[in-house]
Amino acid sequence: MQNSNSAVSDAGKDSSKAGQILLEARNICFRYHRKSPWVLQHVNLKIAAGERVGLVGPSGYGKTTLSKILAGYVKPVQGEVLWKGKPLALSGYCPVQMISQHPEQAVNPRWKMKKILRECWQPQDELLKRMGIEEEWMERWPVELSGGELQRFCIARVLGPETEFLLCDEISTMLDVITQAQIWKVLLKEAETRNMGMLVITHNHALAEKVCTRMIKLPELNDSSG
Amino acid sequence: MENREKQPVLKVEHLSISFERYDRGMKRRELELVHDLSLTVSAGEIVAVAGASGSGKSLLAHGILGILPGNARMSGTMKFCGQRLDASLQKKLRGREISFIPQSVEYLDPLMKVGKQVAGVCSHKEKRKIQEKMYQVFERYRLNPETADRYPHQLSGGMARRVLIAGAVMHRARLIVADEPTPGLQEELARETFQNFRELAEEGCGILLITHDIDLALQAADRVAMFYAGTILEIAPAGDFRKQGALRHPYSQAFLRAMPRNEFEPIEGTQPYAGNLPKGCLFRDRCPNWDEDCKGSVEMRSWRGGEVRCIHAK
Amino acid sequence: MNRETEKFWNRRRKTLWAVTGACLYLTVCLAAGLCISPERYGVDYQARFIAPCPEHPFGTDSMGRDMFFRSVRGLSNSIVVGILASAVSSLLALVFGVTAALKGGAADRFVNWCVDLCMGIPHLILLILISFMMGRGGLGVTVAVALTHWPELTRLVRAEVLQVRNAQYVQASCRMGKTRLQVAREHMLPQVLPVYLIGVVLLFPHAIMHEAAITFLGFGFSPEVPAIGVILSESMNHIATGKWWMAVFPGLMLLAAVMLFDVAGENLKRLLNPNSGNE
Repeated sequence: MQNSNSAVSDAGKDSSKAGQILLEARNICFRYHRKSPWVLQHVNLKIAAGERVGLVGPSGYGKTTLSKILAGYVKPVQGEVLWKGKPLALSGYCPVQMISQHPEQAVNPRWKMKKILRECWQPQDELLKRMGIEEEWMERWPVELSGGELQRFCIARVLGPETEFLLCDEISTMLDVITQAQIWKVLLKEAETRNMGMLVITHNHALAEKVCTRMIKLPELNDSSG
Repeated sequence: MENREKQPVLKVEHLSISFERYDRGMKRRELELVHDLSLTVSAGEIVAVAGASGSGKSLLAHGILGILPGNARMSGTMKFCGQRLDASLQKKLRGREISFIPQSVEYLDPLMKVGKQVAGVCSHKEKRKIQEKMYQVFERYRLNPETADRYPHQLSGGMARRVLIAGAVMHRARLIVADEPTPGLQEELARETFQNFRELAEEGCGILLITHDIDLALQAADRVAMFYAGTILEIAPAGDFRKQGALRHPYSQAFLRAMPRNEFEPIEGTQPYAGNLPKGCLFRDRCPNWDEDCKGSVEMRSWRGGEVRCIHAK
Repeated sequence: MNRETEKFWNRRRKTLWAVTGACLYLTVCLAAGLCISPERYGVDYQARFIAPCPEHPFGTDSMGRDMFFRSVRGLSNSIVVGILASAVSSLLALVFGVTAALKGGAADRFVNWCVDLCMGIPHLILLILISFMMGRGGLGVTVAVALTHWPELTRLVRAEVLQVRNAQYVQASCRMGKTRLQVAREHMLPQVLPVYLIGVVLLFPHAIMHEAAITFLGFGFSPEVPAIGVILSESMNHIATGKWWMAVFPGLMLLAAVMLFDVAGENLKRLLNPNSGNE
């Protein structure tokens, strides 16, 4: 059995204020059916408040699956996800919120943007301004906005006061470089102010180095289960 | 020595694409998503069009191939090797001399075996010849002959990538339009894909690469066109992106500054909405150097070895 | 001028007119039919087989009954059956579809099995069987049509609910603390409802057609009750002798009802599909 504890390597930046361990993955194993190969095997991970961990690697190795498990969208076949020491609650507002790669799939196409934004909390105008969300976009339908504009809404939507951890799954991969820089600037400021933990999944090494406090790699698993 | 003047493989001039959409109630509104776009692709050249995902770059690809939806209107001219590219010529050349490499295998028919799709439609007489050609092409791209019997969903990422390219080179294509060819691929695979493009370009093909991934575009392309709000603001040789101060348009310069491997500093603001464009220069609202002259019409002009749409370009 | 008219009649306008037209036709026929007194289409042996004329716009039949009033009354009866049967069928479809999609597992398999069963038996035979078992007549026809039109709509509803249930935004909503009821009401309903309503609109012409069909075959309304199927069935005996008005006018009225709804439904479907909604 492969023991896949992640190789921890510092990305050159010091770890920010070491806080309590927020999110912990204990021995997570996952596969789709009993006959399909293991996608994740014995993944162990600990992320503290104020840490921004970068998970770098090519697509198809289970990074998105791992983030879905950590955010509570999918149950692991073996192992558990712990939030501040206790199992992650499956109902109620989850303090771990995921932002995904394709914002057009993450919003209801029949809702207007202002309804989408305010689904769970009322973001203040000041935050909206910093995120670059313009007033005239509120009355639009999702299909009328571009990926970058939608992604801003998706991010603002999860920055409610109860969110303490962000899972960013390739959130700026489909955006242009300027939008990417704008979005990350705001996210980083929020994360630092609120001492949030973050898991950043990206295939862009340069971005990971600029954004994260440490990097880990999901070891490459073969198709055949080990 | 060339005995005839070398015509560019693709010459797009003042292309505009607009869509008729429903507004409130019964009214229809025309929304222009691509304006006054001019671009040239020569044989043996790789031109990358870089811009945000969903900003209309794919419309350019679809417009060239002639596969825009029913409610789209095109104006401007497109020339393929000197001939005017109209609907009938597009139909004739589509899949043969003008080839398309889509983003992923999801663009293939999931119920048809890959071999059949790569070989394409052919008459009974040509079938054997086309099949042989297909196996040759498969071999060139290190694909087993058995791949032809698989279905799209059975292909791994790398194989899928090579199958899509194989489909494009089956017939001697002179223009290849690649739409987002490397979405989130690992480095070696992406590099291999671009190596393949390089080889194709060296054989005399012209390649139009449409991507939002600027890093990979810079690795593969000869020239890069910066796409913004439906038009092209600058066309520069790829090398200019590695030299300080070589870029002409303030947008390209801001672009370079915002890259993670550079300063990672963005400028403010967002792309203007297609239904609400400012008059004159579209980048005016975010430009540090703008003045009253920018409210007038701003044309594309040659400047220092590239082309730029800015009256203040240095 | 042509381009202007073409631009005016865009899909939304066409749909609005089609839907209004269909509803108007429906209400007028229904109301008129219920208000016509039986004497208007009563038997009158003096006036048999009269071709269409100002007095009898649709002519008269073998018993001297005025075709126009009889047809209107007949269509009205068919519409009543159609509405009742569609209402019951669509309700069944909604319940089955939602249960199958949300409960999954055994419930889903059971519903799928029922759908396959119903769709496997030839439709007309099933209709005739049920109508016969219920003793024919108005009740038989209504029950037969009601019990056989739900499978297709069930599949549609089930597919829509499944699609929404697995959508990312629904999962995101749950993670943001919304209860299942809130998710059902705010996310699923707006997605499923349009598809469902279009399904009902397209179901209605089927219902009327099938009612006419089994009445024509003799398993529906009894011959005294005016119904399009009965009228058409009787007219079959007289077409050979040149009495064309006995089949053409009632047939056209039925066709008009069916086509108006079909056109309205198809246009609505095109409009609501985001891929073709802007053409």
